[in-house]
Amino acid sequence: MTLRPSDPSRASGSPRAESRGEDPRVAPSHVEGRHVSTPPGVAVRPSNTEPRRGTRKIEVLIEWGLFACALLSIGTTIGIIAVLTIETVAFLEEVPISEFLFGTEWTPLFAMPRFGVLPLVMGTLLVSAIAMLVALPMGLLSAVYLSEYAGERLRRVVKPVLEILAGIPTVVYGYFALLFVTPLLQRVMPDLAGFNALGPGIVMGIMILPLVSSLSEDAMRGVPRGLREGSYALGATKMQTSVRVVVPAAFSGITAAFILAVSRAIGETMIVAIAAGQQPRLTADPTKPVETMTAYIVQVSLGDTPQGTLEYRTIFAVGMLLFVGTFLLNLVSAWLRERFREEYA
Amino acid sequence: MSTGTSRPSNIGPAVATPESRELALRRVADVAFQVLALLVLVVALASLATLIWDIVSDGAGTVSWNFITGFSSRRASQAGIWHALTGSVFVIIVTALIAVPIGVAAAIYLEEYGGRSVGARIIELNITNLAAVPSIIYGLLGLGLFVRMMGMGRSVLAGASTLALLVLPVVILSTREALRAVPKTLREGSYALGATKWQTIWHQVLPVAAPGILTGLILALSRAIGETAPLITIGAVTFVTFAPDSIWSPFTVLPIQIFNWVSRPQVEFHANAAAGILVLVALLLSMNAAAIWLRDRYQKRGLS
Repeated sequence: MTLRPSDPSRASGSPRAESRGEDPRVAPSHVEGRHVSTPPGVAVRPSNTEPRRGTRKIEVLIEWGLFACALLSIGTTIGIIAVLTIETVAFLEEVPISEFLFGTEWTPLFAMPRFGVLPLVMGTLLVSAIAMLVALPMGLLSAVYLSEYAGERLRRVVKPVLEILAGIPTVVYGYFALLFVTPLLQRVMPDLAGFNALGPGIVMGIMILPLVSSLSEDAMRGVPRGLREGSYALGATKMQTSVRVVVPAAFSGITAAFILAVSRAIGETMIVAIAAGQQPRLTADPTKPVETMTAYIVQVSLGDTPQGTLEYRTIFAVGMLLFVGTFLLNLVSAWLRERFREEYA
Repeated sequence: MSTGTSRPSNIGPAVATPESRELALRRVADVAFQVLALLVLVVALASLATLIWDIVSDGAGTVSWNFITGFSSRRASQAGIWHALTGSVFVIIVTALIAVPIGVAAAIYLEEYGGRSVGARIIELNITNLAAVPSIIYGLLGLGLFVRMMGMGRSVLAGASTLALLVLPVVILSTREALRAVPKTLREGSYALGATKWQTIWHQVLPVAAPGILTGLILALSRAIGETAPLITIGAVTFVTFAPDSIWSPFTVLPIQIFNWVSRPQVEFHANAAAGILVLVALLLSMNAAAIWLRDRYQKRGLS
């Protein structure tokens, strides 16, 4: 690594370097001139300041260009909020907000439309709750094991498997939920509907498991060694140390992971769009078909809904609710992570 | 910990005292806990294996040359995926052309220029937050902004722009990670020789960070290639019978074609969906292989 800076022909920009994208008008004369007149290691102020000013101008231009690219991310956030707000406001002009938020019937495509979003919210929460029932205990257990027990060899096998699970496209999980897990469950529970909340919920839990596991493991690895050693010194076993010392010490970090997982479950789309059905239903029964907020957006997008109609606006109103919900969860999660980092900084 | 107040009694060979029984119990609990945790890992492994087995057994019989080069059809046995495959590849290339320069530039700014200024801090927070926004929200953004306001229609360009915004946070975060791994001494050596900041970044930092950046880019793009929801939302057509030939063409992608087939009640189409998944996974794997190959090549050239 230290070889290169001591090679003057490269560090000060040889002609070869110019061809790699610096401004050809200014840089060559300046850099080459300096290269010839100034031996490396000797600080000489160049007598000709003209090209130097050119270089500085380019440097400033480049910095502004880079800054503009970074700023685009703020633009994305503003864009999301603006697009959602414009259509949601137009939607709320026709549908009172109290009906939207507290109505218990969602039939926007019927002749007599009703716009109560609660059935969609309920469907989302139901599937997410099932997913979390799978992902939380399993994720936490595997995190404890990977962080406190597993040797390097086992980690080298398990981590890539978890990464593969996290990298599978969600449409594949949807296929798995509809055509494998639900039929399997139907053998045990004969009155399970073909579309239901249970199958996709379980599959979603498996999908989220790697997220919970790896973030919780990070939090546990952040717990100082001294705490563990103190516990061992008092005669505690490994399990007692893990459960009563490490997990409580990493609690805010683990909670942050859980909340992020909930947010992911709420925003997950394809699994539920494929396997949970398209029937908005205010129920806590996981064997019945339901519809989530995300699945509703997909359902409307698949049809040819013209812009400016009320149905078109419903997907933005539902999207707004989804965005606000996940945004708040993400904020809480980020705040908890920050707190955890400060605790052991 | 429960014996914290009692005096150490296990110095001599213990007879069946209450303490030794408790110790044995604790040891049993410890082993039981380990078995339980291992079981969880086995379940995770087994579900991955089951998933792969299920899809291969459903779809392997359907994958054929005719399937890959065929177009969509109302008859399952004649349906192919050429339009969706080319659509996926085309969209990903345009996405990369948009997202890679912008993402890398933003990461360079935040890592090398931004420092601890308030502005950089806000942008950073914002990017972390954007990375956790559900992908379907990006679809709504693309629908409102690119398809309607900018009048791109339901084209490849609109889809790629949407996906570019979606993967931008991932690109930025992974590029920053790669830049951070470049030793500070390299920069200082370059400055000491009179190089400017940009010269240092372009000639010293980027070549060293390139393998790491590339890996992150490919990971981000593999995420984009599996994305379905945002493209459905912007209205990628589910029944096209031609390969896209310009960035203004309507298009469909592999995941949407798979979704379309899964959603049909006829069993024959489900086999098509499984076969489509196999092709999608093959595409993902070859992208990752290409990434590894590129990274190795670059690494040899960059560091020798």
